[in-house]
Amino acid sequence: MTSDQPLLELRNLSYSLPGKNSRLLDTVNFRISNERIGLIGPNGCGKTTLFQIIMGLLKASEGEVLLEGKTMTGEKDFRMLRSKLGFLFQDSDDQLFSPTVLEDVAFGPLNHGATPDEARTLSIRTLEQLGLNGFEDRITHRLSGGEKKLVALATILSMRPKLLLLDEPSNNLDPATRERLINILRGLDQAHIIISHDLDFLASTCTRLYTIQDRQLIRCKQKQVHSHEHIHPYGDQPHQHGT
Amino acid sequence: MIDEPFASGSTLFHKRDTRVKLVGAAAISLVLALCSSFLVAVTGCIITAMMLILSKPDLKLVSKRIIGVNIFTFFIWLTLPLTYGGSETLTFSMFNLSMDGIRLAALITVKTNGIFFCILALLATSTTASLGHGLEKLGFPKKLCFLLLFSYRQLFVINQEYHRLLRAAKLRGFSPANTMHTYRTYSHLFGMTLVKSWNRAERVHQAMLLRGFNGRLIPLNQSPPGKADYFFLIIMLLISLFLAGLSLFCYNSL
Repeated sequence: MTSDQPLLELRNLSYSLPGKNSRLLDTVNFRISNERIGLIGPNGCGKTTLFQIIMGLLKASEGEVLLEGKTMTGEKDFRMLRSKLGFLFQDSDDQLFSPTVLEDVAFGPLNHGATPDEARTLSIRTLEQLGLNGFEDRITHRLSGGEKKLVALATILSMRPKLLLLDEPSNNLDPATRERLINILRGLDQAHIIISHDLDFLASTCTRLYTIQDRQLIRCKQKQVHSHEHIHPYGDQPHQHGT
Repeated sequence: MIDEPFASGSTLFHKRDTRVKLVGAAAISLVLALCSSFLVAVTGCIITAMMLILSKPDLKLVSKRIIGVNIFTFFIWLTLPLTYGGSETLTFSMFNLSMDGIRLAALITVKTNGIFFCILALLATSTTASLGHGLEKLGFPKKLCFLLLFSYRQLFVINQEYHRLLRAAKLRGFSPANTMHTYRTYSHLFGMTLVKSWNRAERVHQAMLLRGFNGRLIPLNQSPPGKADYFFLIIMLLISLFLAGLSLFCYNSL
């Protein structure tokens, strides 16, 4: 940990799904300041739920979320937290709701008190930063899947968050757009946590990997050294393993 | 997919400020709706038809929509001549047709089409989004404009959701017929569409909350209307004044 007071801290966080006795997450402890973290784990193990708890969309059964050392208690606290953390949804269609791209990107800054002119300048600059020049007046629901993902990222970056929570950002992207997203993420200053099943993607964008195992958030080992046999005939040739 | 086929283009109608077009459309259609003489209705209809031609729409689509509108007037033709009464009548075998009824039906038809052309030329050349913002700038209640913009956005979502499900059903060999199975399938489709749209609306709401939404939609500044827009507005108002004057003249000379 680089400083004593992490940007975000989770203390003994537990969560049970409504109507179920068993816990989905059990006493999770976690801190992040300016790291780039990848989070992997099987479907339904609580990765997205963890993000939703951090953002205050779901309420933890026990434990607390701390932002810069301050415990988040009510909706007012989380409102403040949401202006500092950006959450990219799995499905960009859920995230883009304004008619035009510019309006969508400007939505966050306007809500946080920017004047229309400031919001416009900031949004255009954010779009340019992502290589989306000239997208301002495009209709959001007519964009392609990859464009939607990048615009959704722009809507979050325009709020100048300190930490990004990205939920499976590389899903359904073609190789070129995926590469573009990797380059964008590598070029950003913010810390981030990325949920993904795409190990190559995580390897290129993150420095540490976590997984959720037995309802706990666990840091993965840096390297897994193991020997294995090849049942295909070219095992002695250089080749890549699927993820 | 719900489209806005008339909204894309670069004619003088497309380039004008939405607010100016809204005011113009309101003024012209109000006069047309209230006029009671044929002369005014026909003149108005010709003027708005010319406006429509100037906005260079897809003629095939326009004729489709004209047919759509005139399905309504067709019912007026079906009922008014038979029910309106009056002293002058035309007799066809067993039917007595009222002349006044025919006149009224014709007047309503001309007025309807005139207003329809005007709306196509002025309002259909803007996107629904800019119409919403335009109304807001004109001082309409913010909540109503918000409702318009979001209903429009949500319609797309519901439409997409429905077609996705329908496609899935078709791919598994569903072909509609007059059977219980068809009706049951459709009711499942509708129910599922509602549930899914509800879920999506909830996620969209979450996305809005995450970006600091607190119930107030703040519009980005639109550029104020320019000289050309004011000039256009004056022409639109002159047309409606001309029609109103003509209407008064016809009324007095009766």
